[in-house]
Amino acid sequence: MTATLAPAGVSGLARDDLRARADSLASGAVHHGGTAVRVEGILKSYGGAGPAALEGVSLDIAPGELLALLGPSGSGKTTLLRVIAGLEIPDGGRVFFGRQDTTDIPVQRRGVGFVFQHYALFRHLTVFENIAYGLRSRERKRRPPEAEIKARVERLLDLVQLPTLAKRYPGQLSGGQRQRVALARALAVEPSVLLLDEPFGALDAQVRKDLRRWLREIHRETGQTTIFVTHDQDEALELADRIAILNRGRIEQVGAPHEVQDHPASRFVMSFVGETARLAAEVRQGRVWVDGRPVLAAESGWPQGPVDLCLRPWDLAVGQGENALPGTVREWRRTGRGTVAEIQLDGAEAPVEVAVTEVYRPGDRVRLEAAAARVFARG
Amino acid sequence: MSEGLASPRSIAALTEPRPVRIALTVAAVAFLALFLLLPLAVVFTEALSKGLGSFLDTFAEPDAQAAIRLTLLVAVIAVPLNVAFGLAASWAIAKFDFRGRNLLITLIDLPFSVSPVVAGLIYVLIFGAQGLLGPFLQRHGIEIIFAVPGIVLATVFVTFPFVARELIPLMQDQGTTDEEAALTLGASPWRVFRTVTLPNIRWALLYGVLLCNARAMGEFGAVSVVSGRIRGLTNTMPLHVEILYNEYNYVAAFGIASLLALLALVTLAGKTFLEWRHADSLAGRGGH
Repeated sequence: MTATLAPAGVSGLARDDLRARADSLASGAVHHGGTAVRVEGILKSYGGAGPAALEGVSLDIAPGELLALLGPSGSGKTTLLRVIAGLEIPDGGRVFFGRQDTTDIPVQRRGVGFVFQHYALFRHLTVFENIAYGLRSRERKRRPPEAEIKARVERLLDLVQLPTLAKRYPGQLSGGQRQRVALARALAVEPSVLLLDEPFGALDAQVRKDLRRWLREIHRETGQTTIFVTHDQDEALELADRIAILNRGRIEQVGAPHEVQDHPASRFVMSFVGETARLAAEVRQGRVWVDGRPVLAAESGWPQGPVDLCLRPWDLAVGQGENALPGTVREWRRTGRGTVAEIQLDGAEAPVEVAVTEVYRPGDRVRLEAAAARVFARG
Repeated sequence: MSEGLASPRSIAALTEPRPVRIALTVAAVAFLALFLLLPLAVVFTEALSKGLGSFLDTFAEPDAQAAIRLTLLVAVIAVPLNVAFGLAASWAIAKFDFRGRNLLITLIDLPFSVSPVVAGLIYVLIFGAQGLLGPFLQRHGIEIIFAVPGIVLATVFVTFPFVARELIPLMQDQGTTDEEAALTLGASPWRVFRTVTLPNIRWALLYGVLLCNARAMGEFGAVSVVSGRIRGLTNTMPLHVEILYNEYNYVAAFGIASLLALLALVTLAGKTFLEWRHADSLAGRGGH
């Protein structure tokens, strides 16, 4: 019996598409251009009591790259972004823009474009003046003449598709429009790197989707080196050339979307980039054992001994094979995409939602076959 | 017929019955009329009781003019000082986290909780002839108590919190991201203050200045202790009113008083206008 597997965690995005995008990047910017931004061993802590916000983070960002800093709240991703911008001073480590050590250069002279989570538009200035603010802030020698400022602001308004709103005030704009103005304002200073803090965090779902696509287009058009912070794995997987996954002030993995998704480096990455069912298991004699029963053939290179067996819900289907995992149905219901059962696998911490084709009732015993699995050593 | 939970009546659960509402309104209006409007009316009728001519004569008197000048002078010194102090204090409190922050907030409120007379006495005890610094000041020929500097000091003390109290909640509410945004765009700290911070707080600042000014001109207690009430020299308008009144010169006393009352009305109008026009940028305003 083959069930149609509806991916539950990752949206209906074709994996091949992601892979193609990542591959084109790998053959492009990363190898040829050197680094646009490099951080080395960044340490940052807040006060004495709390945990360190960043515990020795190192990362290279290639010119023209679109990199996502992905992690749960408190993972240090925003702190890292602010350290790169110069809004936070690290306790240790260095920041380089190209070859220049910018660790001690104040934020005003670093030449970054920063888009804040809540945009931080100047509410008493028009959209035009908001975008022109950076240019007007330059010292007289470097300040472009008024005609050029006007031309540049108008170009940016076209780029962010708001050519008619120049005279409005931020209070008269929708959330999505404010986001675009904030981006135009940051781009106006021709930053060496564009930094976005949760760029879509404050927007509703539909606007988010549109803006994601739009940001991707802008990035393609401008080739601007961009780092954005997000806690939304879909956003990171869909937008970024590469993803750096942070957890508790450390980088767990850096890689193209398909790499972190298909080859997660740790249990944390596995469970963070997609829904995961986790079982306590053991690898011995070339097999994976759960509750004293062999359930899977072990792949070469898997660690021996006690492990966490991690499964993606969309890799699971009801089946009767000899490797199938036993579990109990908790709930069965219809959704927009078909019918799903919430199944508590024996030995798992939490139930998983699996697409099914038949009707089940709570308490029914079922067996699930896994098309793919990953194990991580315990401890 | 019972009133179900979904009935329209229950939505207005906090609405009192009509008689209660009318009674409360009448009580409030009557109270206002008795304690605020009536005295105000009396001030103006008394001032004009002997005709417009003698009302205007009040202001032609040299001592009255000196009192008005002194009051204006004190306000012109005290208000800018407290604007500068209020800006600095609220900036520090709202944008930085430092030890003693809560202590500073408490200290800013001190003039509200201390009786103005006590405030005046403190200055007498410090700067007076028998005071702590008295002998030193005498040797150098510096006069503070029973002179203009003492009046300015007392006024600054009493009007200390007005601007800061107005700005702190607003600036805390606004946070620092606007300033950070301006910094990332390359603006110098002075430009950030001028083009971002100041516009964000301008209406609250004006509001604080209005209140501060009204109090600076109207202050009686603290000023009366340190002034010495030398006619034509150290008499402010409120002190002059009292002196004239004690001399049974009602027309002149109420004449000057009407000027002060007029000032209060102008302040009230300005304050109401700001609240009506810029309610959003005065958000987070605490009560006094």
